[in-house]
Amino acid sequence: MQVNIKTYILYSYMLLCMSCKHNSNSTVVLQDTANWPATFGLGRPATQAEIAKLDIDIRPDGKGLPPGAGDATTGKTIYMAKCAACHGTGTEPVDVKLPGPVLMNDSAGADRNKLKTIGNYWPYATTIFDYVRRTMPYNAPGTLTDNEVYSLTAYLLHANKIITAQTVMNAASLPKVTMPAKKLFIPDNRHGGPEVR
Amino acid sequence: MVGRRFANRDSMIKRKISRRTMLGGAATAAVMLFKSSYGKMIQAAIPESVLQEADPTKIIGPPPGEIGTRSAFEHVVKKTSDISSRTPLQDLYGIITPSDLHYERHHAGVPVMDPHKYELLIHGMVNKPMVFSLADLKRFPSVSRICFLECSGNFRNSKETLTPQEICGLTSQSEWTGVMLSTLFREVGVQPNASWFLAEGGDAAIMTRSIPVKKAWDDAMIVYAQNGEAIRPEQGYPARLLLPGWEGNTSVKWLRRLELSDQPYMTREETSKYTYAVKDRIRQFSFEMDARSIITFPAFPQQVAKGWIEIRGIAWSGWGKIVKVEVSTDAGKTWQAARLQEPVLDKAHTGFRYLWQWNGDTTEIMSRAIDETGYMQPTLQQLVNARGTDMGGYHMNPITAWVIQRDGKVLFKPEKWK
Repeated sequence: MQVNIKTYILYSYMLLCMSCKHNSNSTVVLQDTANWPATFGLGRPATQAEIAKLDIDIRPDGKGLPPGAGDATTGKTIYMAKCAACHGTGTEPVDVKLPGPVLMNDSAGADRNKLKTIGNYWPYATTIFDYVRRTMPYNAPGTLTDNEVYSLTAYLLHANKIITAQTVMNAASLPKVTMPAKKLFIPDNRHGGPEVR
Repeated sequence: MVGRRFANRDSMIKRKISRRTMLGGAATAAVMLFKSSYGKMIQAAIPESVLQEADPTKIIGPPPGEIGTRSAFEHVVKKTSDISSRTPLQDLYGIITPSDLHYERHHAGVPVMDPHKYELLIHGMVNKPMVFSLADLKRFPSVSRICFLECSGNFRNSKETLTPQEICGLTSQSEWTGVMLSTLFREVGVQPNASWFLAEGGDAAIMTRSIPVKKAWDDAMIVYAQNGEAIRPEQGYPARLLLPGWEGNTSVKWLRRLELSDQPYMTREETSKYTYAVKDRIRQFSFEMDARSIITFPAFPQQVAKGWIEIRGIAWSGWGKIVKVEVSTDAGKTWQAARLQEPVLDKAHTGFRYLWQWNGDTTEIMSRAIDETGYMQPTLQQLVNARGTDMGGYHMNPITAWVIQRDGKVLFKPEKWK
């Protein structure tokens, strides 16, 4: 434990020094930590139960996906009942202004000239599950069961021509879905300096 | 004795108001606070005619109050849409945005958060997963700093009749107080191989962003105060993440959880949103806000007379300090250095002014910011050249030009790029 803290402090000092060098003109010493104790003794240890209750995020590698499963046929029924009022039923923008964006695109891939939807813009399929379960439907966030979210994810992937109608989505299959737009994404290449990027 | 004097004066004002309201049915001009005859502060609507006629040397004003008010003659407001509201940059002075005029952008409305129940959970790749109450956060060594926040979608250019507020009012500046995130990370023992952390809000969007751990060692904060008081609900009460210089969406409000990880989570807000086309690719994790400036006077819808005009504006950069602002009064042919107003702070709105004698001919005025990394605010064409015509609306910081017509009317100059 003692070794860990020492290693950690050394590591953070190294990082701090690196960042100071990077921003030598502007870096202000925001805090003098010289006389700090190893710990301030504030806060309390988190229990595994309370972590589990809040830890709802899903990573691209599937970490965090719950048990359960769903398919596009079931998903379509749920979509029509709980999603279509805001997101519409089609793949093209309609004349009336929808409260939510159109989610489907039949371009079967990364056709950039089409409306940006899940099919041609979203780089990871796991994001659909995470986002829908987190905050949809807009008027009743957090009310969908895990199976409903799997089914809706399957339907949205199928409607965007990413998976077949028969493909079942679960914790094993969802992270394996490759999104066509993934290859387009690049990390930021701006670094400050004179060049406009 | 004192109470009775106020009571008399109050009833006098109230009589006057009610008579005029009943007689004229005049439009309400303002809402003011008055002390009722029972000694309780009340709000009363006053017609404009009363405000104009009142002789302040003949009427005793309201007594000292529990809370201040803005003058009833000032009508400075945010401009709202379904998803955001914009700071009236053209109506502000100095560099601090009054807290009630700070821009808003949220994804499921403003939540009601009980500060007594508030908890921040930090877990994942840490030695000690911990929970901190608001009182805990306030007991840690504290830091205050002034910096701007800006939404990375802060750009409108659809027509000539746009105000600074409409063009780029999704930026505001406050003095923030809180605890350095590095202090909390030190407390929980972040493991050396943790490279990202997820920040999660406690609103109905339960909004999440992945942030490189390096930002925590640089200057990230958990803040609970804004301009000397508790953070406003619209800005994340009772505590939020604050990432100076980075796109506003990453400074997650109503913060409830941080999870340390060795990879980003690829949340909706960092994949399908807050990303933008650069040529044939899509740029992701585009955090720093590039240097930008805008002339806030003269600007649409003002009308100016020829003669001396002090051109005023603000400049800012998410990469550091502003070192120079240049102003052109001849449509970009020549540029002169503007005066910077102290304080010039790291990642902060910085005031600039340039004294100019307008001869009455039609012209264009504009400003460009230069930051300490040597970056100069680009033209729209330079951005098109760098990113292509499909570049979308995020991280747009082009030079803003105002056309001054012969009649003194000032119009925004929109530029098309598609």
